[in-house]
Amino acid sequence: MLFFVCAFFSFVLYLILTAGSGNIGLWAPEEIALAFIFAVPTGLIASRMLSALGFKGGTAFLSPRRWLLFFIYIIVSFIPALVKANLDVAMRVITGKINPGIVKISPKLKTDFGMTMLANSITLTPGTLSVSIDDKKKELYIHGISLSGKDAPISEICGNFPEWAGRVAE
Amino acid sequence: MIFFPAIVAAIVVLILVCIARIAKGPTVPDRMVGADAASALTVSVLVVLGALYRQSIFVDVAIVYGLLSFVSTLFFARYLEAKEAKK
Amino acid sequence: MSGLVLISYGLIAFGMIFHALGAISLFRFPDVYTRMHGTTMITTFGSIFVILGVAFYGFLANDFALAAHPLIALAFLLLAAPASSHATARAAHRSGVYPKPAIVDRLREAEK
Repeated sequence: MLFFVCAFFSFVLYLILTAGSGNIGLWAPEEIALAFIFAVPTGLIASRMLSALGFKGGTAFLSPRRWLLFFIYIIVSFIPALVKANLDVAMRVITGKINPGIVKISPKLKTDFGMTMLANSITLTPGTLSVSIDDKKKELYIHGISLSGKDAPISEICGNFPEWAGRVAE
Repeated sequence: MIFFPAIVAAIVVLILVCIARIAKGPTVPDRMVGADAASALTVSVLVVLGALYRQSIFVDVAIVYGLLSFVSTLFFARYLEAKEAKK
Repeated sequence: MSGLVLISYGLIAFGMIFHALGAISLFRFPDVYTRMHGTTMITTFGSIFVILGVAFYGFLANDFALAAHPLIALAFLLLAAPASSHATARAAHRSGVYPKPAIVDRLREAEK
């Protein structure tokens, strides 16, 4: 199953990279044939590597409900947070006012996929950076550039990202 | 058109700023951050060069460059961790 | 082509502001972790606006490859950036580079 997911994404990526080359839809027939030929070994190699790393499932990446939720999350929650954080850090570069520190948050997520998504969202917004992760207790250590105090609340660090990560990934 | 060459020149100046941080550094992670920033700026400059010469092949080079710089950053990070664990 | 192209120039110029601020933050901030926030700004807002500007320019010039490929480069950049900055931060903390001006360091407390 994992093989088919990997091969599917390889196929789609090749088609995006060669879009506009011909007249079957947007593609030349040679490019579609090559996409098939490349998808098989890519899927084999990637699925073997992922299962060697202990990666289970994979079908979650094909669920349209999750993709829809993911895009809603990007538009409703992530982009406003990204804009706010960028302008905030830009002002801090100019004024030089910082109050940094590493705090611990417990987002109450159960799956590795949810934790990965939350940590990626936190790191991609400027001003917060995930430094380390406690796999067993599912806790994240976050470096923030402007903390309100030694025990900054979780909503100050990452807004409503944990709820959305729970909705999309679990 | 003067706009795209000016942007390319400005990004090259910013890459030189990042290289100054790599040279100055005091610690190894500082240099890694400088290299990371320089490679992100290099992706931008390649994309802008693609627009300047109207050649999308520059953008393909930018994609591959971004992936390679990602791999090299991960490699440096693993190396630094393993080196410290040995002590 | 003439009027709308100014929008793409504006996007690129706006991205350049964030590129410049990110590069300045490498010298303005005191330690590795705070500098990393500045470089995150380069990869997010700087690259997003520069690359969207170029993609829009390609769209206006009717060059399909120049419109689509920058978006793929942007997707890769945004997927790869958090993983590499997390790896750098974790390696920095494990190799003993602690945040210099810091009001609290829970990770160091937890390791003791």
